Amino acid sequence: MTDIESIFETMRNALSAGPVRIKEAVDEGRKIVGCYCAYTPYEVIRATGAIPVTLCSTSDKPIAAGEEHLPRNLCPLIKSSYGFALTDTCPYFHFCSIVIGETTCDGKKKMYELLNRLRPTHVMQLPQTYATESIALWKAEIERLARRLETELGVTITESDLKREISKRNTERRVMGDFYALSTLNPAPLSGLELNLVNEFFKVSFGDEKALELVRELTKALRENYEEGERRVAPRKRIIVTGCPTGKSLEKVFNAIEENGGTIVAFENCGGIKPNYELVDETRPPYDALAEKYLGIPCSCMSPNNKRLDLLEKLVADYHADGVVDIILQACHTYNVETFLVRERLKIPYIAVETDYYQSDVEQLSTRMGAFIEMMN
Amino acid sequence: MYTIGADIGSVAVKVVLSKDGEWIDGLIAPTGWSPKSSGAEAIAAILDKNGLSRAQISRVVATGYGRNSVDCDERITEITCHAKGARRLFEGSGIRFVLDIGGQDSKAISLDEKYNVSDFLMNDKCAAGTGRFLQNMAVMLGCELKDFSLLPSDIEPHAISSMCTVFAESEVVGLLAQGVDKRALMLGILDSVASRAEGMLRRVGFSAQSGASGVAFTGGASRSRNLVALIERRLGVPLRACEKSQYAGALGAAETA
Ligand code: SF4
Ligand code: SF4
Repeated sequence: MTDIESIFETMRNALSAGPVRIKEAVDEGRKIVGCYCAYTPYEVIRATGAIPVTLCSTSDKPIAAGEEHLPRNLCPLIKSSYGFALTDTCPYFHFCSIVIGETTCDGKKKMYELLNRLRPTHVMQLPQTYATESIALWKAEIERLARRLETELGVTITESDLKREISKRNTERRVMGDFYALSTLNPAPLSGLELNLVNEFFKVSFGDEKALELVRELTKALRENYEEGERRVAPRKRIIVTGCPTGKSLEKVFNAIEENGGTIVAFENCGGIKPNYELVDETRPPYDALAEKYLGIPCSCMSPNNKRLDLLEKLVADYHADGVVDIILQACHTYNVETFLVRERLKIPYIAVETDYYQSDVEQLSTRMGAFIEMMN
Repeated sequence: MYTIGADIGSVAVKVVLSKDGEWIDGLIAPTGWSPKSSGAEAIAAILDKNGLSRAQISRVVATGYGRNSVDCDERITEITCHAKGARRLFEGSGIRFVLDIGGQDSKAISLDEKYNVSDFLMNDKCAAGTGRFLQNMAVMLGCELKDFSLLPSDIEPHAISSMCTVFAESEVVGLLAQGVDKRALMLGILDSVASRAEGMLRRVGFSAQSGASGVAFTGGASRSRNLVALIERRLGVPLRACEKSQYAGALGAAETA
């Protein structure tokens, strides 16, 4: 049997090596483009030869600094993102020449106005509904992004550049999709914490072929070992995590679930399935195909957002879920309001937990998750 | 077969000794600064009182916020234990909701026909709507917690609009200075707790129909008959509390043992 642990170990090491790799790329003359959100079309950035990177936004450390300019009752993700930039403690922000933002939620779009004073910030005007006219608007915005990047980085994006990057990103999505599908097995072949590790690893893979190959290798090894009878995770209540984007500071919720009798089998959030389950249509003109794909991401800033409910319903069936945990960051109105509809739609136990990036509610989370899982027995 | 259920709350430790599922004895002691030692002491005390040794107890189950700090055979959350305890206390009444107001937290639980938890909501982040809020108010008004149970029922509560303990304090000071009847203010304070409780119950599905068979009321605050009356007035259905209500969590733990 393949040694799964050593693959995870390699991935863990890659996480801390991310900033160094970006510095090396910069030294070699590559440009870095900072991103925050799943709506950012990576393909366009990559077509310029630049590297799109996810900027730091999931630690409580820079929140106090962020609060010097931002109101306290704002989503921690926004305060953290801005705080990182302000204190110059996110290595990726440090190296990026431009930041791409979107008008997703109110807090973010207003924060970008301030961020623009620290680093050029290009804000894409995101239409908030999935309709033909909106797709046309979004296509125009993607083209506007392309022009801005061309000017800013002094390059020209050709159609073949775009097509190449679309195909490459689709491959990445397929590889991640195959990996996610492992957890439809019952009992799950890996824990939610490990699943999260692979998501984090994917974030810092920067389009590297070798990184993608490692995910393929892991998927293959996990499946083969499983078929040979290896059971790394005991049968437990199967949980799907949904809601706001997760990250380091929210691992407390994953721990609370997995220490109290649950296994996370899927992350519907950004950073998990949501931005990756649909591909860009490679047979269509690139900008049209990109607009259709990206506007179709079921984020709560869309109205209505029935697509997220449909996706969740499908995931519950595919992953044989016993319960759904909706993570709501404090002051995230869109996901918070949506909890009512999610609860109504799902036919299985559901709980929404409101939390922030601080670790002070670890005990309370443990009681809530414990009670939620006991409820299923 | 003897079992023990220990509910290690933030203010009090409640221990129940049962034999073949029947109540034998119960004991309440202050939690103090160490849930670990007060939990262990309370268990030792109930054993001693009944002339039993730990070896004669087949299982000890702990619940409550301090459940992880005591030595026991199993740990179960207070949500599950309160539901089981309420079922034991009010079996046959057909209750579908449990309201628990303790020292530091409050919770609302909805139950299915078999008394299994179907949904719950906890408030453990903010003092409003918990015993601690009442405790703070009592100190400020120069009275004791028990005085909140001895108020006349024919005075209309004076509405307190601030939910936050800090703001409520200054609001009450202001109202006292304006000459508002202290008893009406105390009732107003209780009614703000009642309003929180009502909100939580409604969010787990309570309505006059779904809750027609009444709501089990557990936790320390259930001893205030004034609070009971105010919540009943808001809900329009009877609250079920009894002298053993405070033991609901421990009883539920003993039950699962
Ligand atoms: S949840 Fe919405 S706003 Fe947040 S990263 Fe995802 S798509 Fe962007
Ligand atoms: S979590 Fe919610 S409030 Fe925070 S940035 Fe995302 S959409 Fe906005």
